[in-house]
Amino acid sequence: MSAILSIEGVTVALPPGADRPHALDAVTLELRAGEILCVVGESGSGKSMTASAVMRLLPPRVGITAGRILFEGKDLATATEVEMRAIRGAGIAMIFQEPMTALNPLRPVGDQIGEMFSIHTDLSADQIRARTLALLEEVRIPDPKLAMRAYPHELSGGQRQRAMIAMALALSPRVLIADEPTTALDVTTQAQILSLIRDLQRRLGTGVLFITHDFGVVAEIADRVAVMQHGVVVEQGEAAAVLNAPQHPYTKALIAAVPPLAAPPPRPFSDEAILKLEGVSKTYRTGGFLGRNKRVTRAVRDVSLALPRGGTLGIVGESGSGKSTLARCIMRLIKPDAGAIRLDGTDLATQSPSQHRASAKRMQMVFQDPYASLNPRRRVGELVAQGPIIHGTPRNTALARAKELFALVGLDPAATDRYPHEFSGGQRQRIGIARALALEPEVLVADEPVSALDVSVQAQVLRLLAELRERLGLSIVLITHDLRVAVQVCDLVAVMKEGEVVESGPIGRVFEAPEHPYTRSLLAAVPGRGFQAAR
Amino acid sequence: MLALAGRRLAASIPSLLIILVGMFLLLQLAPGDTVDALMAQMGGGGDAQLMAELRAFYGLDLSVPARLLNYLWRLVQLDLGFSAIYGKPVATVILERLPATLFLMTASLSFAFFFGLLFGVIAARNVNRWPDSVISTLGLVFYATPSFWFGLMAIVLFSVHLQWLPAGGMESIGEGFTGIHRVLDIAAHFVLPTLTLGLIFLAIYLRIMRASMLEVLTLDFVRTARAKGLDETRVITRHVLRNAMLPMVTLIGLQAGTMLGGSVVVESVFSLPGLGRLAYEAVVQRDLNTLLGIVFISALLVIFVNFCVDLLYARLDPRIGKETGG
Repeated sequence: MSAILSIEGVTVALPPGADRPHALDAVTLELRAGEILCVVGESGSGKSMTASAVMRLLPPRVGITAGRILFEGKDLATATEVEMRAIRGAGIAMIFQEPMTALNPLRPVGDQIGEMFSIHTDLSADQIRARTLALLEEVRIPDPKLAMRAYPHELSGGQRQRAMIAMALALSPRVLIADEPTTALDVTTQAQILSLIRDLQRRLGTGVLFITHDFGVVAEIADRVAVMQHGVVVEQGEAAAVLNAPQHPYTKALIAAVPPLAAPPPRPFSDEAILKLEGVSKTYRTGGFLGRNKRVTRAVRDVSLALPRGGTLGIVGESGSGKSTLARCIMRLIKPDAGAIRLDGTDLATQSPSQHRASAKRMQMVFQDPYASLNPRRRVGELVAQGPIIHGTPRNTALARAKELFALVGLDPAATDRYPHEFSGGQRQRIGIARALALEPEVLVADEPVSALDVSVQAQVLRLLAELRERLGLSIVLITHDLRVAVQVCDLVAVMKEGEVVESGPIGRVFEAPEHPYTRSLLAAVPGRGFQAAR
Repeated sequence: MLALAGRRLAASIPSLLIILVGMFLLLQLAPGDTVDALMAQMGGGGDAQLMAELRAFYGLDLSVPARLLNYLWRLVQLDLGFSAIYGKPVATVILERLPATLFLMTASLSFAFFFGLLFGVIAARNVNRWPDSVISTLGLVFYATPSFWFGLMAIVLFSVHLQWLPAGGMESIGEGFTGIHRVLDIAAHFVLPTLTLGLIFLAIYLRIMRASMLEVLTLDFVRTARAKGLDETRVITRHVLRNAMLPMVTLIGLQAGTMLGGSVVVESVFSLPGLGRLAYEAVVQRDLNTLLGIVFISALLVIFVNFCVDLLYARLDPRIGKETGG
């Protein structure tokens, strides 16, 4: 089949002073009708910039300096703004990563979809309404009539992404650019959205340029794959060829970084539990003034778990399953309504604030977002030393200890004088771990420690955690939504759904022979399972 | 929605009470009372007998708590009391002066809001280019200039030198204008006061609007709108404007009180018969009843404006009202 969109030697220059001269360097890609071309790469590889270049929606002071982008016989690189506007939406449509922020919060969803027709066609208001409703039915949104009038905040993440897809497909574009459309979604929702995209693409014969960082998704959906690194396409070819016999070392490294879903052989750990949760419950009540619109959310229901000394307990679940609330209960950042949390036999839940400060040393937390969890105005050495200083260590001793910790987590000890923004995401997460270790805790609670990181960096950070566990005899509670992450480091796993633990046990047993239907559906939804099995 | 409105109004009653009691007690600290001021008006002469009788007549001989309770009790019956200086019920005095102030405030607010919005959008569309620089610089000049000076200079230029507009007052007395002529005459009298009061607020609104436009323009849904093929004008009018206006709307409520304060100065400069000047005169003459009446009405006005702003905000932003309705 012939190409409907061909990108020929496109170079995009970054403004002077950026970390590299070109965002894209002579990128050549070809998208044929009715195929899904996955563009894969880590952050900063230029994959999203490629999409922006095609749409000619580049950031200010960034422009195409060489090459052609041919779409239906027209060169988009030199098309006028008016010509581009006619193509955007109608000829080439786009869906984005964050369906919450990609929709205008102040206008109903149906209105925003209908806008596609009012810009590009002469349909009457009634016809537009009918078409919008038909579109929402086509993307299988529950209760399309209601969804039409709903505002974005009234829909779930998956429903919003369905609405975005309906909007993008409104005018049956020849090309659909999907920029990480499922990254922000839960694994089961992701599986549904991926199958929806593939379905619609097959039926309408649309060419899809699918941008992702996740090789699991690639294996699930791609016909052909292009791998990008530092603005250059390093490898492209048929999906099966690239996935099973990668040629370029970068592709090999990326694929190797995708962990297999099978658990490693079980490690020995002690039978004695260092941390025990007994019937922990937490209920949120919102509203309630004058007893109106009261809403009760049972975030954690009667959870009983045990963390063996030196072991790692994974708590997995989708968003809203209560796993983060449970982590905060364990850290006593919030007070559970009922139940006991025993650290070495002492119940933390009923401690007084002063007792709690003393036991806080023994349990430390690593947070999800390495960008937001470090104070940008303070030197990283001080951030790491802060905890011990508060607990009475002399300042100089604490700062010297911070340097040792930096070496321990694989950072240059001389870097303690720098500020957080001078580090990459993976390095910042290492700083976060160093900060947690500064108080020499016995238990580390890590809430989604790697979900904001690229795959290759994820693997490094997880390896570091496993290593520290051996060397320092740490016990770890790892909260994650990603089953692949859990399987790499956890000894035990607990699957949470709607605040309850539906299944728990040794990870090998739970993942190989899941008992609960929810665990089975979670495992089935992991993208690229078949690809993993084939390796 | 109505329940929300009712609760908001109920919540404002305690604040109203605190304002009134505070004001009452504060005024007890000022030396002299209505009777002193009345005697001074009558040409002095300290007839102790007459003064004592007058004090008894106006209820000024009671203790402070008793007078406060008396006042509040009458207020519950919607009676603002009697002004000794004007010889009329306070409600009548205030009602005579209210229209000028209300008109001035509404006009200034609309002027500031509309042009602040317009210039803010223009500045944001041309960020860091010359229209932005000109607008931002002028905005800063307006903001930094004291309004009385601005008013005086406007009188010097437009009324004295050019003789385009009247220098003060609310309408031309003695010309006997009726119908449309009278309306135009009043409008002409209000042009300079409106500009004087409005310019400072215009400067604030334009800065807020510019900043909030720039912020909204970086949001993802603006990129979605562009990817749909919308042209820049429609991206602004359909997607950016309403989102960017939310902080402006909040500001209106917050500044209603400031504007009432600003109108004291402007009314004095342009000798408009408004609430601001009445308040000033009431303080000078120790006319406690009138002053408390003005405070009461002003507080009501500010509460009412904020209430309207809350309702408007809930209309503009669907995320409010339903979620926080509890």
